[in-house]
Amino acid sequence: MHFLFKTRYEQDISLFRHNGQRFWYALLALALVAAPWLLSEYTLSQLSFIGIYSIVCLGLMLLAGYTGQVSLGHAGFLAMGAYTEAYLQANGWPFALSLPMSALVAGLTGVMIGLPALRVKGMYLSIATLAFGFILEEVVVRAEHITGGNSGMQIGKLIIGGIDFDDHVNFYYLVIGIAVTCVIGMLNLLRSPTGRAFVAIRDSEVSAQSMGINLAYYKTTAFAISAALAGISGALYAHKITFITPDQFGFLQSIELLMMVVIGGLGSIQGAIFGPSFWFFAQQLIVVGKDWLPSALGQQTGLQPTIFGIILIAIVLFEPMGLYGRWLKIRTFLQIFPFYRKGMFKRQKSYMKSERMK
Amino acid sequence: MTTPMLEAVNLSVQFGGLKAVDNVSFDVWPNEVFSLIGPNGAGKTTIFNLISALYRPSAGEVRFEGEVISRMPPYVVARHGIARTFQNIELFEHATVLQNLLVGRHCHRHTGWFQDLLFTGSVRRAELEFRRQVEEVIDFLDLQHYRDSMVVGLPYGVRKVVELGRALSMRPRLLLLDEPSSGLNTEETEDMGFWIEDIKHDLGITVIMVEHDMSLVSRVSDRVLALNQGEVLTLGTPQEVQAHPGVIEAYLGGVEE
Repeated sequence: MHFLFKTRYEQDISLFRHNGQRFWYALLALALVAAPWLLSEYTLSQLSFIGIYSIVCLGLMLLAGYTGQVSLGHAGFLAMGAYTEAYLQANGWPFALSLPMSALVAGLTGVMIGLPALRVKGMYLSIATLAFGFILEEVVVRAEHITGGNSGMQIGKLIIGGIDFDDHVNFYYLVIGIAVTCVIGMLNLLRSPTGRAFVAIRDSEVSAQSMGINLAYYKTTAFAISAALAGISGALYAHKITFITPDQFGFLQSIELLMMVVIGGLGSIQGAIFGPSFWFFAQQLIVVGKDWLPSALGQQTGLQPTIFGIILIAIVLFEPMGLYGRWLKIRTFLQIFPFYRKGMFKRQKSYMKSERMK
Repeated sequence: MTTPMLEAVNLSVQFGGLKAVDNVSFDVWPNEVFSLIGPNGAGKTTIFNLISALYRPSAGEVRFEGEVISRMPPYVVARHGIARTFQNIELFEHATVLQNLLVGRHCHRHTGWFQDLLFTGSVRRAELEFRRQVEEVIDFLDLQHYRDSMVVGLPYGVRKVVELGRALSMRPRLLLLDEPSSGLNTEETEDMGFWIEDIKHDLGITVIMVEHDMSLVSRVSDRVLALNQGEVLTLGTPQEVQAHPGVIEAYLGGVEE
């Protein structure tokens, strides 16, 4: 068993807790760099998708997992990012400017949608964001002169500094580079006062404000950052798909994003990566597994949503901390073998919730 | 000691037809321990919520060092140097004790979210400084053992101390303690008494306390305000208040006619 001996305060705020972690993350980085040589073009493209979805899931994780504001309209932010990118690209903006602009436009939309969060909470907020999601989708359909409406919009070639990034290997590196940057930014936020303020709001609004935290400001900030990440993700998504239509950013997309985050594990950065990774991996598994099933079942429409639905129910019931929680347990089991006890991660229910002030 | 630290002037608050606090006035002087006592529903916690601006008074006002604070948003009141604990513990449960205490330093931060996003040198330096300050509180309250534990797994007595620690991390000038000894055993209550005395003498923080345990109240308080049904019964030293016929009647019931 490994015991961490702390001698300096810096150890608690550094990105890596110990050298073992440094080693494993370095190995992961190496694997990500080497992937184009090891994997087929198709698998690499799936990895790019995982990277793109990880970015939006990071944003949703910040909002739902860390600030406690569940959004059911995140596909709307994705759309804002995708269409801004497509529009600016068509007008000859370089990617280095259009990507930040996509983040900015989505972020500002996030501020707008975050405003109801200052008044309503929990379920009612989710419904408000849901409505906003529908409105955004409708706006995209109606603004035909910019978005092409229901007939969709074609995105031009992605060329940065003379290098063709539509090439699948280059694009993969671009996505992974941006995703890693976003992860680091997120880790920075969470180890600083802003991140603590988010967690404080999630766990107790009343004491957060008595600690000097301006609820309105931090909720709006959480929405803005979350939406900006979705905007970045949307811009990359647009380049990956090369043809975007409003129905790609509908209600189902929002639900899928939320499912990914819950499956990955609410309240963990790793969860935002595990979620989409699992999603795409399971999709492949279903495609392959279909052929083995009796055709009456295998060729059934709606097989995939059904399976994901069952997985979600199972996770909520048996592993509320998601895949990341499961991983924590396995890791602890291995670390302290043979002393692991079944109830180690059981938490006591909180006291006297009923008497809490609103 | 020419001006009081906190003045409540003709405070009233009404919830529908219920007058929870009715025309209550009192002054709290620097460096004293001021207790509010009274039977359930007397309006003690309501007065706390008025001071920390979670409620708005229907009439009257609260002044902190001469400035009216009862119209400010709660987070601004906190920044003036008023910290509080809650009757039923309002900790950030899915965070470690250390993180909870660090939230207490929030109002002393100077960096914005964008600097935090990049974790610039100034953020790093501020974080280390915050940590050093929080460690002082950890030493003061003997919380070393729990530093990295999640609050959700801690026993009630420890949570109570953590909440006190979180309030102290703000380095407040006025500390509001809502039933600091409720749910604690005799030994823990004893410790709480020592800490309150140390907070007053060593840290020089003024304390306003709501408390039911009369032995704790008479041990640490300089003055006691007794309330009943939103009205002031009497104000004086713990001995005076305990001997007051109105207080005895409120607690034990009047003599049958």
